[in-house]
Amino acid sequence: METQVSESLLRWIVLLPLVGATINGLLNQRLPRQLAGLLACATVGVSFALTVNVFLRLLGLPATERLLTDSLATWIGFGRLSVDIGFAMDPLAAVMTLVVTGVSFLIHIYSLGYMGHDSGFQRFFAYLNLFVFFMLTLVLGENLLLLFVGWEGVGLCSYLLIGFWFGEEANAVAGKKAFIVNRVGDLGFLIGIVLLGVTLLPHLSAGEGLFSFRTLFAHRELLAPVATALGLLFFWGATGKSAQIPLYIWLPDAMAGPTPVSALIHAATMVTAGVYMVARLNFLYIMSPTAMLVVAIVGGATALLAATIALAQNDIKKVLAYSTVSQLGYMMLACGVGAFAAGIFHLMTHAFFKALLFLGSGSVIHAMSNEQDMRVMGGLARKLPVTFWTFLAGTLAIAGIFPLAGFFSKDEILWFAFSQGSSWLWVLGYLAAGLTAFYMMRLVVLTFHGTNRASEDVRKHIHESPVSMTLPLVVLAVLSIGGGWIGWPQFMGGSNHFEHWLEPVFHHEASGHAEVVTGAHGAAAHLATLPSNHATTGMTHSADVPAAAHHDVTVEWVLMFASLGIALLGLGLGYLVYARRSDLAEKWRNLAGGGIYRVLANKYYVDEAYEASFIKPGYALSKRVLWAWVDKGLIDGLLVNGSALVVAILGAFLRVFQNGLVRFYAYTFACGAAVFAIYLTLSR
Amino acid sequence: MAITLTHYLALAGALFLTGMLGFIIRRNALIMLMSVELMLSATNVVFAAFSRHWGNGAGHVFVLMNFAVAAAEAAIGLAILVEIYRRRRSVNVDELKVLME
Repeated sequence: METQVSESLLRWIVLLPLVGATINGLLNQRLPRQLAGLLACATVGVSFALTVNVFLRLLGLPATERLLTDSLATWIGFGRLSVDIGFAMDPLAAVMTLVVTGVSFLIHIYSLGYMGHDSGFQRFFAYLNLFVFFMLTLVLGENLLLLFVGWEGVGLCSYLLIGFWFGEEANAVAGKKAFIVNRVGDLGFLIGIVLLGVTLLPHLSAGEGLFSFRTLFAHRELLAPVATALGLLFFWGATGKSAQIPLYIWLPDAMAGPTPVSALIHAATMVTAGVYMVARLNFLYIMSPTAMLVVAIVGGATALLAATIALAQNDIKKVLAYSTVSQLGYMMLACGVGAFAAGIFHLMTHAFFKALLFLGSGSVIHAMSNEQDMRVMGGLARKLPVTFWTFLAGTLAIAGIFPLAGFFSKDEILWFAFSQGSSWLWVLGYLAAGLTAFYMMRLVVLTFHGTNRASEDVRKHIHESPVSMTLPLVVLAVLSIGGGWIGWPQFMGGSNHFEHWLEPVFHHEASGHAEVVTGAHGAAAHLATLPSNHATTGMTHSADVPAAAHHDVTVEWVLMFASLGIALLGLGLGYLVYARRSDLAEKWRNLAGGGIYRVLANKYYVDEAYEASFIKPGYALSKRVLWAWVDKGLIDGLLVNGSALVVAILGAFLRVFQNGLVRFYAYTFACGAAVFAIYLTLSR
Repeated sequence: MAITLTHYLALAGALFLTGMLGFIIRRNALIMLMSVELMLSATNVVFAAFSRHWGNGAGHVFVLMNFAVAAAEAAIGLAILVEIYRRRRSVNVDELKVLME
């Protein structure tokens, strides 16, 4: 990674969507709809084309030299502190950029149809373009500070788009909730950045960008003493953005935004920023077994918890939202056990099938005249054939059915959780996989199977969506089916191109499993180059890397069939319960007096608990102390009125002298002059 | 009896004190203006006396300059006074306090 090639196309990948956002944002309603839509789609489309171009160039370089940089300007230059505005594309950023620009482009096209009748058409596309700009800044920024800029920017766009239809108060409230909960996470991230800067700054020589990822990587030994603190602080930030326990509560509410927004921001791209950040800082995390363990546990727990909540939701988008939270948990679990490549692999496949599922649900909602409750849907398979078949592909992909995309990524994560984590981490993920298959089948059956339960009015208007909406569905369906094949695992006769591709970024992984699976590199070589890492990495099975080197392939096969089995079981059970035996569904709903179902439907009362434990006391504190004492007493009373009082007293004193009597002035003046003269005489 | 520097200074001091007292005591703005002129004249006398005493021409230059300044000041001051008198029918400075109120 030492050599770097300059590539000035990188800046245009990032800046083009900003150009679109600026034009659309400034001209707004003055721009004709077609032109606004065309502009928004074109900027992102060209951005995608440029990304492919740069990606091909990256592909042509030798594996160890795959790093393209584009430095624009010095942002902060102050003594030894130097931060650049610059972009860098390595294999990891390339994957992310392809996913972000590609999926964004499809969703932009979809939005042309979905938002076609909306009065805020131009505003919508301005926000959407702005989001893509910030997301690309986040992904391509060459330093942590620029990543943070993008991080905050996507948060802002998320807020703007959740509350896009701000005429209804619930939407505005949801936007506010997302923004505030993210702020809680950002606090941790910010403290982490400061801690990192304070730790590293005294050791840098001039000209080294303080927060540049390459600098961080080069000086990672210096960070070892604070690795646990940094890892936990950054993960705190990631729990906000990537909706992990305990800050996941904003994501389901974020479904108040238009459906393309849910697909783009709250499924495919923005919420994966936390996973990306953890993967980007992998060299930091592998130095701290504690931080890794926390990431793995929180990820696994989130995967399972969110999956259980999804079982009992009736809003089609809420089910998908909890499913997203659950899948993000998988990615975190993968990162936590050191399988960063698997995490990013799942991030990519998830972007495909979850975007597809959200867009499919958008198509359904569109057809159902904005109805989101699955209890009044049903029987849509025949009326919306394209939506149904693509949705089914997405469902099978997320459930992990061979050979669809989700199978490969999920199977890989479960395998790593088992081999490098522990069996109970694997159990968390395994159960979540079964639940995922079950609730997805429930969703499909309730929506597409049986007879329609909507009112006569709504039923008359059911129609397949326009081409601009179905085309992205088809493309995403193809990707959901075949997108996992680039990660075809070694033991099944594939070559896992995906992991090879990411190897330069994660090659220093603590647990030599990536090398074991790919077999291309001896883990021993890496052990020799980074002894300090391994000395501090006591987690999991990293100690017995040599033993794992000739692990039993049968274990991998067994695990693979086990996860395939539970996926099929979940799907089958879901079909049986909701399509064939409604008495079973009834029985499940009334299990334990309906208590279990009620707890799940109410999301374990987490929102209520937060309301009681944080919001109410916070409100009381603000009202009784901060407002009554700090604001009214200290700021208004002492600082504002106090300083006014001081000036008033001084003024009252000085007023005595300005009485308007010229002779008084002259007299005073004469006296002063006399005193001065006497002083001069005496001081001789 | 030869006229020495002391005599000149005594004259200047008397002139200055007269002007100062006039300025402080009188209420008529016109008189006050004349008092200012008296004080200026006092300084002129001092300048001229010292100039002669030390044989340095700079003092004379200052005297000429003072004349010019005094003339300008008197012109402006009188103009203002005339204007004030037109508006208020009075040039009593004790009554001119609008700026303060």
